[in-house]
Amino acid sequence: MSIEVTVNGKRHTVLYPADTPLLSVLRDELGLTGTKYGCGEGQCGACTVLIGNSPRRSCQIPVSAAASQPITTIEGLEQNGILHPVQQAFIDAGAFQCAYCTSGMIMSSVALLRQTPSPSPTEIAKSLQGNICRCGTHPRVIEAVSHAATALGKERS
Amino acid sequence: MSSAHHRFDHHVTPAQAPIEPERYEFFAPPAHHFHLARRDFFKLLGAGVAVFASAKSAVASEQETPASSHGFHNENLPNDITAWLHVGEDGTVTAFTGKAEIGQNIRTELAQTVADELRVPFASVRMVMADTALTPFDAGTFGSRTTPTMTPQLRRVANAARDILVGVAAKEWSVSPDTLQCANAKVTNPANGVSLTYAELARGKALARNLPAEDPVTAPSEWTVAGKSIPKVDARAFVTGAHQYTPDMTRPGMLCGKVLRPPSFGATLASYDDSAAKSLPGVVTVRDGNFVAVAAPTEHQAAQALAAIRAQWNESPAKVSNANLFAQIKEKASAKSDERHREEQGSVESALTAAQHRLDATYTVAFIAHAPLEPRAALAEWTRDTNGEKLTVWTGTQRPFAVRDELAATFRVPESSVRVIVPDTGSAYGGKHTGDAALEAARLARAAGHPVKIVWTREEEFTWAYFRPAGVIEIKSAMAPNATLTAWEFHNYHSGASGIDTPYVVPNQRTEFHSVDPPILRSGSYRGLAATANHFARESHMDDLAHAAGVNPFDLRMKNLKEPRLRNVLEAAAKSFGWPAQKSQAGRGFGLAVANDKGSYVATCAEVAVDRSSGSVKVVRLVEAFECGAIVNPDGLRNQVVGAMIQGLGGALFESIEFENGRMTNARFSRYRVPRFADVPEIEVVLLNRKDIPSAGAGETPIMAVAPAIGNAIFNATGTRLRSLPLVPRALKT
Repeated sequence: MSIEVTVNGKRHTVLYPADTPLLSVLRDELGLTGTKYGCGEGQCGACTVLIGNSPRRSCQIPVSAAASQPITTIEGLEQNGILHPVQQAFIDAGAFQCAYCTSGMIMSSVALLRQTPSPSPTEIAKSLQGNICRCGTHPRVIEAVSHAATALGKERS
Repeated sequence: MSSAHHRFDHHVTPAQAPIEPERYEFFAPPAHHFHLARRDFFKLLGAGVAVFASAKSAVASEQETPASSHGFHNENLPNDITAWLHVGEDGTVTAFTGKAEIGQNIRTELAQTVADELRVPFASVRMVMADTALTPFDAGTFGSRTTPTMTPQLRRVANAARDILVGVAAKEWSVSPDTLQCANAKVTNPANGVSLTYAELARGKALARNLPAEDPVTAPSEWTVAGKSIPKVDARAFVTGAHQYTPDMTRPGMLCGKVLRPPSFGATLASYDDSAAKSLPGVVTVRDGNFVAVAAPTEHQAAQALAAIRAQWNESPAKVSNANLFAQIKEKASAKSDERHREEQGSVESALTAAQHRLDATYTVAFIAHAPLEPRAALAEWTRDTNGEKLTVWTGTQRPFAVRDELAATFRVPESSVRVIVPDTGSAYGGKHTGDAALEAARLARAAGHPVKIVWTREEEFTWAYFRPAGVIEIKSAMAPNATLTAWEFHNYHSGASGIDTPYVVPNQRTEFHSVDPPILRSGSYRGLAATANHFARESHMDDLAHAAGVNPFDLRMKNLKEPRLRNVLEAAAKSFGWPAQKSQAGRGFGLAVANDKGSYVATCAEVAVDRSSGSVKVVRLVEAFECGAIVNPDGLRNQVVGAMIQGLGGALFESIEFENGRMTNARFSRYRVPRFADVPEIEVVLLNRKDIPSAGAGETPIMAVAPAIGNAIFNATGTRLRSLPLVPRALKT
């Protein structure tokens, strides 16, 4: 069926069965491959995107269910050549090794900071519990999100 | 090494050597063919200066030719080249190595090394890695070998390139090269302050040199770019989603492939009907022996086509189950040990008989999975030109040249017609030595006449990759009244021999590895591989001996250890941890363990909190001291060490493949628990920087002492000795 989605501020009309996972449409149809497949059961968080302001596992969301709200993927964070503070903080903290989980980690973190602007390390850990990093960079990810919270706070003030 | 699953019937494939879980330790590089000529090299990269490093330092030769001449002394490069480097007319430095970037940040470390030795800014160095058409032959990225073998090679080529550039400047200025200095991509004459940039010196040249033997390179104490914490190269591409891993790549006309997997390990295809699948639009099906696969324009269509295939399988009578796993291992293991791993000193029998303190114990480790977040994937494309058929495969593998050879043998094409390219990969941990997805995609692409991409599902990745082998370890030991070891007998069955030799001083010892041939299940490398199992057993056992002797576990180790590097890390970890620690709360316990392997040394201290009512164990704190010689990138190293510690938590506490009747029953992240944020304890890392010792690799050893330190802490908290990994698969209930 024909479905309209808004991704990173752009409207797209796609022809897909309604139950196709949003992940497939993003990657295969729109070429937005920054969103990763990791498990297909919503357990690893590599496919996390924002639907509205909510972090959602795009492998679990049918494309039809994602049509009503704007979708943001990792490709949509950078604005006018300037990285989002969370992206910058991941670089500064070296919060990755293979970086396959990084898109999902960043999207989950962006969602957290929209809801909780100054999270404690425990709150960060809790909100990222559904994101798997097999390389074991967890302490750096927490550090990066803390730094990003500070940077975003400064931007606001 | 693990053999591939697919043997395509209509191709003759070489007989498989017996599978050895740790073959990389005995790896001898195969003869290989090298097809890139010098002329091609400059055609590819433009004019400039090039240096080629040969593995055999003794057979050095030197040839320099003017840019105008095509008459190179030796048109083809020698076969034993291990690295090369090019300085272009714009000053860009390109270094080539067959090593792959799999998340260990080696791309950054190698670029640092080149920049340091060549005296150029870090940003001007580009690494071309793991591309069988462009990079020198390399056996693979494993065994913690990149730092000890590739950094010296690249230093030597960079050093020689610097020599050439100095030579060009000296000629230009008619001065002795000895008087000139290099810094910041320039050669300077200190006598008059005149300088020329490397770009200016390389302009219009086509100078090539084979490396002279054993050029002296910059000592760690003189490093300026190496030894610093430089952030990951291309970090921006990773945080913006721009980097393309294999699953992200496409080619014009590309189809998506899917493979029909058997219902259980060892099943063979009995009957097959693809008529329904073939009738779907755009679908190609392939049956070749037990290989059944489909390709279709989209992933969704491929999945539909796969579901439409009717197949019946004959299942193997040898069905592995967790219930009988260790019994099977003991039953099938050869009573005779592997000769290469048989050590004997003194008389173990008489020392055991005479002993006052005697301790015998058996330990087991489970099969576990690497579970790299990027599953196995490959994109294969066949093309035809005047020279015949060519196959190009993009795939995340640690052994691109081995995968190239495997493809060439399978499809009966010359190695020179196959190109394997490894995009920086979403991790491997020893799990991506083989070319399974590459073979599958290439087989489908050949049938379809289109490029085909295969991305394994998570379930396939868990089930059809290879496992870290399970094992049984038996130890008999004896100790004198003064707590010195007198006898040590150690047998490892099935899991492997790395890290099998005790670092403790024991006058009477016997150490043996008993292989199972073929292994119970498809088994292969894993970060640290058997060294984790062997250290777990040994260090748990040492803890029991300390308890039996009434000696502090730290003191017992210091008493029996001679190796100063190991003693140093143990002391550093204990000091940082505050050993011996006082228990602040009920249910808390402390443990320590040491390990050494692959030229590096580690000690880990753990604090655990055990809740006896729920049977849960939480690792509260880990302190690790690590030493691997001169540190190339401190922050990169710290990242590796912490990563290994956290990954080690999984194998220590809960990772285990569950089998029933030849099927894996927990091939999902919802059923196979890996460490997550809530599992991560407070972590402290102490890095000992030994600038007087050549750098060793660091990807593996930091995982090895984690499990025994935790097991020892659980014993300290509860008095219960757990002798199986994982330690707390379900719960530690009273």
